[in-house]
Amino acid sequence: MPQLRMTGRGLWITMLIVPPLAFVALFIVYPILSAFAYSFFDWQGLKRGDFVGLENFHTVLFVEPYRSWTMNAFKNNVIVFFALMVLQNGLGFILAYALWRELPGARFHRIAVFLPVVLSTIIVAYLFKLFYHPMFGVVNLTLKSVGLGWLAQPWLGQSGTALWSIIVAQAWHMVGFPTLVFLAGMQRIPGEILDAVRMETESEWVKITKVVWPLVAPSATIVFTLLFVGAFNWFELPYIMAGLDGSPFGSSDVLGLYFYRTAFGNVSAGQQDFGLGSALAVLIFVFIAVVAAVITTRLRAREIQI
Amino acid sequence: MTSASAAADNKFYQRKGLLGTLGRDGLLQVILIANTIIMLGPIVIMVFSAFKTTPEIFKSPYALPDFGQIANFMKIWTQTNFLRYLMNSFIVTGSSMVLILTLGTMAAYALGRYQFKGSTFILMFFLAGLTLPLKLAIIPLFMLLRDLQILNNQLSLIFVYTAMGLPTTIFIMTGFIRTLPNELEDAARMDGASEARIMWSIMLPLVRPAMVIAAIQNVVPIWNDFFFPLVFIQNDDLKTLPQGLTTFMGEYTTDWGVLFAGLTLSAAPIILIYIILSKQFIAGMTSGAVK
Repeated sequence: MPQLRMTGRGLWITMLIVPPLAFVALFIVYPILSAFAYSFFDWQGLKRGDFVGLENFHTVLFVEPYRSWTMNAFKNNVIVFFALMVLQNGLGFILAYALWRELPGARFHRIAVFLPVVLSTIIVAYLFKLFYHPMFGVVNLTLKSVGLGWLAQPWLGQSGTALWSIIVAQAWHMVGFPTLVFLAGMQRIPGEILDAVRMETESEWVKITKVVWPLVAPSATIVFTLLFVGAFNWFELPYIMAGLDGSPFGSSDVLGLYFYRTAFGNVSAGQQDFGLGSALAVLIFVFIAVVAAVITTRLRAREIQI
Repeated sequence: MTSASAAADNKFYQRKGLLGTLGRDGLLQVILIANTIIMLGPIVIMVFSAFKTTPEIFKSPYALPDFGQIANFMKIWTQTNFLRYLMNSFIVTGSSMVLILTLGTMAAYALGRYQFKGSTFILMFFLAGLTLPLKLAIIPLFMLLRDLQILNNQLSLIFVYTAMGLPTTIFIMTGFIRTLPNELEDAARMDGASEARIMWSIMLPLVRPAMVIAAIQNVVPIWNDFFFPLVFIQNDDLKTLPQGLTTFMGEYTTDWGVLFAGLTLSAAPIILIYIILSKQFIAGMTSGAVK
């Protein structure tokens, strides 16, 4: 009888595991692998064309005007990443540190800092688009009412400020996430360690850099990786606030927009190029995977040293 | 935070003497208050503006509105597809959540409760897609859904969201299920209960806390998603709330009162639930990133 029992158990496990496996295989693994395959074909419109080897990659990396578009979007993504590193994760760390002290009202402040995170990105995008309106937006109205009218700008309408305005909206939207992840990390620091440090040093700065920061390093690794992945496939906020071309003049173009535009650009006019789009997707994929792996292993190594 | 460690913290910070402590805490308190104003300000202005006429918004953006003036909301209710978008979001999010929790629990139970050949590989397979953004595989996904003939159909969204939700759900729940004790299960097995009965009657009730975490972690991104409807859904009657919002914002570009009312109405359900369940929400949404 044990044999039969095993078979029954095997069948039971199979029944449990196959349906979820099928979903992930069909809708995640298969499309991701296919993106690699697609990138080797000339594929304009909905019908697949010839196998062209690496030509799509060559086009997006070396042939004008694609080369300039790729470089411009990539450069902007690098700006986005570093700006959010400071604005979102940097402020997040400071806010976490402030919340950790359990000052009066800490509970309320914690609820407030996370509130924008639960909002839909589309709501945030339109809200800030209205706030940035050159004539009637609350940003310029406020500047005028406090006598700083000369600072009023068409925030989203000029090359110098558009990308930064969108970055600020993104930081507002998401700063609560690193805050609460860092806070959770700080709350797990044992009281004995803090007591021991108290004997050693007077300086708040030393305490933060030598004790708190190293001890929240596991949280930091995750927060940095997520920010990196998020920054390099950023799409919704620039799509609504800057439009599909990254207006004005591509100054807020990012890889997510550029990829989407190449793939689905103008469907009705038949201007969609799945081959070039897939090549772009593969390049972004590989870039994200490699850098995320490097971030994770480098920071992990640091965690262990300490 | 436990009270013991909180007490240790307090002792730690008191070393500089009363004045020093007040100075630092005062600064931190100022940072927190300023931040909270910045966080809530835009939301408050949005809600206030929803109750104003367009000229009122331009003239005095900060003024308290007359909350009885609900013309903007009436306009949305009667003249737009708002209700339908809301319904569609409920249908898509609800169906996806049922599938994610059912399939996620099945897989996590198999992986967390039984040893079998290939189980490590299957777990790795599920976790493989955790950091790679599926957005970038949108072209093959689009072609696949076209071949399955479910483009422009809510099933496309439900299937993709389900697949996307499974890795984190399985990750969270497998870890949790592994921590549950064996005794009850073994006792039931001795009594001759079937594996299915053991799972259903004994283990599932114990798994509920992990299911709540997994549910919250998935419900917010699915409810808020804009990208996949943008690509998959063309028919206005099938649009979800974030996607419908773009249609709506395009129609009323000059009527700012209505625009703000639309944003407010869209944000209201999730803000209300968040305020009621903030603790669970925060725990649920950050749990994947907290080690």
